[in-house]
Amino acid sequence: MRVPVSWLRELIDIPESESARDIGERLVRCGFEVEGVEESGAGLSGPLLVGRVISIEELTDFKKPIRWCQVDVGDGAPLGVICGARNFAAGDLVVVAPPGTTLPGGFHITARETYGHTSNGMICSERELGLGDNHDGIIVLAEGSPGDDGAKVMGIGDAVLDIAVTPDRGYALSMRGIAREASIAYGVDLVDPGLTLADLPAPDAQRQPHESGSDALDACALLTLRTIRGFDPSAPTPGWMKSRLTAAGMRPVSLAVDVTNYVMLEVGQPLHAFDETKVAGPVRAGWARPTETLETLDHVVRALHEEDLVIRDDRGPLGLAGTMGGRHSEIDDSTTDIVLEAAWFDPRVVGRMARRHKLSSEASRRFERGVDRTLAPYASARAASLLLEFGGGVYSGMTAVEAAWDRPVIEMAADLAQRTAGCEIPVSESIEALTRAGCEVVSDGDLLRVLPPSWRPDLSDPADCVEEVLRLHGFERIPARLPMAPPGYGRTPIQRLRRVVGMTMAAMGSVEVLNYPFVSLGDHDALRLPLGDLRRRTPRLANPLSEEAPFMRSSLLPGVLAAARRNRGRGLEDIAIWELGRVFFLKDGQSAEGSDDPIRPSVEHRPSDEDFAALEALLPDQPQHLAAVWCGHIEPSGWWGPGRQAEWSDAVDAAFRVIGAAGAEATVVPGVDPAFHPGRTGQLVIAETVIGHAGELHPATCAHFGIAPRSVAFEIDLDALATFASAPVAPVFSTAPVAKEDLALVVLANVAAADVAATLQAAGGDLVEDVRLFDVYEGPQVPAGYRSLAFALRLRAHGRTLTPEEIVGVRAAVIAAAEAAHGATLR
Amino acid sequence: MSAPNKSFDPKSPASLNAEAVTGMVDSALVAIASATTLEELKEVRLAHVGDRSPLSLANREIGSLPPAAKAEAGQRVGTARGTIKQALDDRTAALEGERDSRVLLEETVDVTMLSRRRRLGSRHPLTTLMERMSDVFIAMGYEIAEGPEIEAEWLNFDSLNIAPDHPARTMQDTFYVGSPESGVVLRTQTSPIQMRAMLTRELPIYVVAPGRVFRTDELDATHTPVFHQIEGLAVDKGITMGHLKGTLDHLASAMFGVGIVTRLRPSYFPFTEPSAEVDLQCFVCRGESIGDPERPCRTCGSEGWIEWGGCGMVNPRVLRAAGVDPDVYSGFAFGMGVERTLMFRHGVTDMHDMVEGDVRFTEAFGLEV
Ligand SMILES: [Zn+2]
Repeated sequence: MRVPVSWLRELIDIPESESARDIGERLVRCGFEVEGVEESGAGLSGPLLVGRVISIEELTDFKKPIRWCQVDVGDGAPLGVICGARNFAAGDLVVVAPPGTTLPGGFHITARETYGHTSNGMICSERELGLGDNHDGIIVLAEGSPGDDGAKVMGIGDAVLDIAVTPDRGYALSMRGIAREASIAYGVDLVDPGLTLADLPAPDAQRQPHESGSDALDACALLTLRTIRGFDPSAPTPGWMKSRLTAAGMRPVSLAVDVTNYVMLEVGQPLHAFDETKVAGPVRAGWARPTETLETLDHVVRALHEEDLVIRDDRGPLGLAGTMGGRHSEIDDSTTDIVLEAAWFDPRVVGRMARRHKLSSEASRRFERGVDRTLAPYASARAASLLLEFGGGVYSGMTAVEAAWDRPVIEMAADLAQRTAGCEIPVSESIEALTRAGCEVVSDGDLLRVLPPSWRPDLSDPADCVEEVLRLHGFERIPARLPMAPPGYGRTPIQRLRRVVGMTMAAMGSVEVLNYPFVSLGDHDALRLPLGDLRRRTPRLANPLSEEAPFMRSSLLPGVLAAARRNRGRGLEDIAIWELGRVFFLKDGQSAEGSDDPIRPSVEHRPSDEDFAALEALLPDQPQHLAAVWCGHIEPSGWWGPGRQAEWSDAVDAAFRVIGAAGAEATVVPGVDPAFHPGRTGQLVIAETVIGHAGELHPATCAHFGIAPRSVAFEIDLDALATFASAPVAPVFSTAPVAKEDLALVVLANVAAADVAATLQAAGGDLVEDVRLFDVYEGPQVPAGYRSLAFALRLRAHGRTLTPEEIVGVRAAVIAAAEAAHGATLR
Repeated sequence: MSAPNKSFDPKSPASLNAEAVTGMVDSALVAIASATTLEELKEVRLAHVGDRSPLSLANREIGSLPPAAKAEAGQRVGTARGTIKQALDDRTAALEGERDSRVLLEETVDVTMLSRRRRLGSRHPLTTLMERMSDVFIAMGYEIAEGPEIEAEWLNFDSLNIAPDHPARTMQDTFYVGSPESGVVLRTQTSPIQMRAMLTRELPIYVVAPGRVFRTDELDATHTPVFHQIEGLAVDKGITMGHLKGTLDHLASAMFGVGIVTRLRPSYFPFTEPSAEVDLQCFVCRGESIGDPERPCRTCGSEGWIEWGGCGMVNPRVLRAAGVDPDVYSGFAFGMGVERTLMFRHGVTDMHDMVEGDVRFTEAFGLEV
């Protein structure tokens, strides 16, 4: 809502000393977001005068046509002024800046010699006055007298407050509403234009006003029509009205349209004017019929819905109630007989209609937020009086239909404001505040009975009344104190896990990224997911940002790999990044379209356990995953020597570290994941549950995502990992002397090293403290198809030194076990 | 080597008299002092205390002395050897020290060849900022509540007093999952976590809820369709707006410096009543830039206050939908944008930096904010 300050001052007596900014700040404290204060013509100093052009002499001796004008500016002799514009004629009223005036932008006007004359000033354009960009010609005024203050006529020096109105404050989308708030803030009186019935002449005795009706009194509880006949369609809109409309952000059109807009801005009641000659029979409100269509003022032919509320005549719909009028009953430049509609429509009905037709208008914005239920006849009287004043015609009276109205009374505890604020607020202060807001308040023991004013449909609960009281009391006067929360239990295990995982990843030199969770079919293809893969069963957005990426991610890899590509695109070769976030899977039985009849429990009470479960059942699975990728070097090269390329084992090692940090222990077995290299991927397994994959990415995956070949990655289901986390138990370890035994075992190349290590460990029992694979050899020294695995064993007994016989015994036992289990031979 | 002299030889060898021995010591000490390398010192040692050195030769003569003279001569030679040995040891230590220093000097490198050998890892500043803000609440006894990102529309809107036709729904442009009628949305706010907390936790409730939320905005310098909020909720007997203010002031102090406060401006949110906008006192200029064009403040635009979030007293309708009796319990709730907080707290000027995953941005934050 754009609020010209001069208009506001006309409605209430704000002290002259208050600047536009001061007023804005007051309104901010009342809960209005003042997004800006615009001052027109800022920088202007010195007089501007209204002048009448007496004569024009065309000077033709120059490169462009120039005019030498004599302009009457009231007192004294006419001013001779040189002017290059051509959009005016002798007799026109113009705005003259005489010598001594400084225009916005610092342009100082002096008498100067030019084009062979002494030019005593300048005839101004809008741009020169800082009023707009229009520089096509100079300003030609519609009214005024030579010598008038041009600044005042042009509204220069007026400020406009740009106010964002919250959806509960429909009444504040008007000068009336803002003036009421300001009157409360300043403690000054308001003569409410919405409660003042304009004087109208006695209705024409000869002709009846146009007939009205409502077939939907529930949604259109009040419909008024005032009829004016014999109106002069060529009558101009007065300048002050035009400049106010412009300042408020509306474009002047014609007197009839401008008056309806002006009254809407003034009191907040949207109005609609019909051309009576284009209407057949009574004007009624009613529901649309399914097959009906309507061409609205914006030239769109709309198919109507049976929940659309329309205004109709005997032939069909004339307009969408409170949203937009129809093109065929529109007033035009020959309209003489005007039917002025003012009504109250149900906010929900208008809101739904505006959304259904994607049509947000000045009218629908107001009806959606709730228009004063009693305002219509006042607003239309005001509009009718303006039309008659400036456009003439005969007033024919009003017809109306209205449903009964049960005004709600709010019962609130008298001390509720005090209890809510937590500081002393006397009941008398509550009563006074509510009364100033327009409520009628009756004190009844411990209760206040509050009848809100017709323009405050947002006041429906005791809490709403409390807000009125505290707003006026001033939030800043409520003393701050801290509540005493009971002791808590700190972070939950999964919350601690996320933190330690983040620290672990960062300590390994990897950088966290936070990607959007939207993916495309192409991303699924790039991960090489086969049809039927669970990761293709993912929720889909009905209104995605991009039709390209309508799916919710089921893997973090697409996002992480795309981020790697972005970094690569910016010239970074060696990349290590990770992400921790939710992925999404449809549950069994859920479809991508979702439920067509979702449960909507009552909000009057707590949902039953069954209802809450039914709500949960609507949602997909959304586990938290962790994924990481390494491209290029994991250890950089430099003057110290060559770097080291990240390889599959780095990904497995990193995954193990994360799993270890979580307090779990995993094993790795050869795994298959379509996004990964078929021979270089490990499945991470804890207690027979696969919690993730780690290894080298499939070359096609790297190519699809545009990252370096042989990039490595892992992805882990953190929620699954969390279920295996356990508190560490302190180990019992021996300080007796150690015995070290190395052995190289030759096995078939497809025997898993981890299996051999496990066999050695098991066979050695308690005496084997550690088994470590330290070398792998394939080559001429071993038979083809075989490889040599070299293990370092650390042997130790408890509380004593191992005897040479024991050491020999363990060595023999583990070799024998490896031979039995894996066909291993000692190299 | 001479044979032991069993008979008494009245002669006393010239090499054993005091003058001779002193002379040997003196010449040894001179030689030791003038040795400049460990190799030279080795030669000196050989020459002056080696088997063929004058002193060793003199020592051998002791046996031929009469018993009465033996002791004296032995002592004299022993003292001489001790003196020389001490001098040798001292000199050796000195020369070794010099050599070691020289070696270290020779090992000098150009320490300016600094280059990053190990990668710098980091957590995302939004993650660490949320954690840090949560820490403030955990210290006050709050717990961290969480909820799903794909959320039931009923929990995201209806139960929070945002009915299907409520104009507030158009304030938040919602992603619908499946179809617009499916009853499932990407949560547009962290507030459904409040509702979940009230439905699943025992009263009283003190929780903080950080999380990711979604609105159908296009990404630009100041908007992103996927962003983060952190929200707080307290529901207890006798919770007041004063408590809300105290809690926000404490958060401001903890995050921006002791003494930094907040200010509330009346506003509107369907789930709170009364509702207010939260402004943070500018932690850079503390308001001193207001009206001082000489020292403008970029952080607050010389306004002295920074818009931070929204808050209010939990609407009794919301309490009722959660099964909490509003005649017995009251509550406050507040929420702020984490991206916005990061922007003004750390001077981030473009939202793209937070979402694109450029490691150069994130690395700058390390592990903490
Ligand atoms: Zn500042």
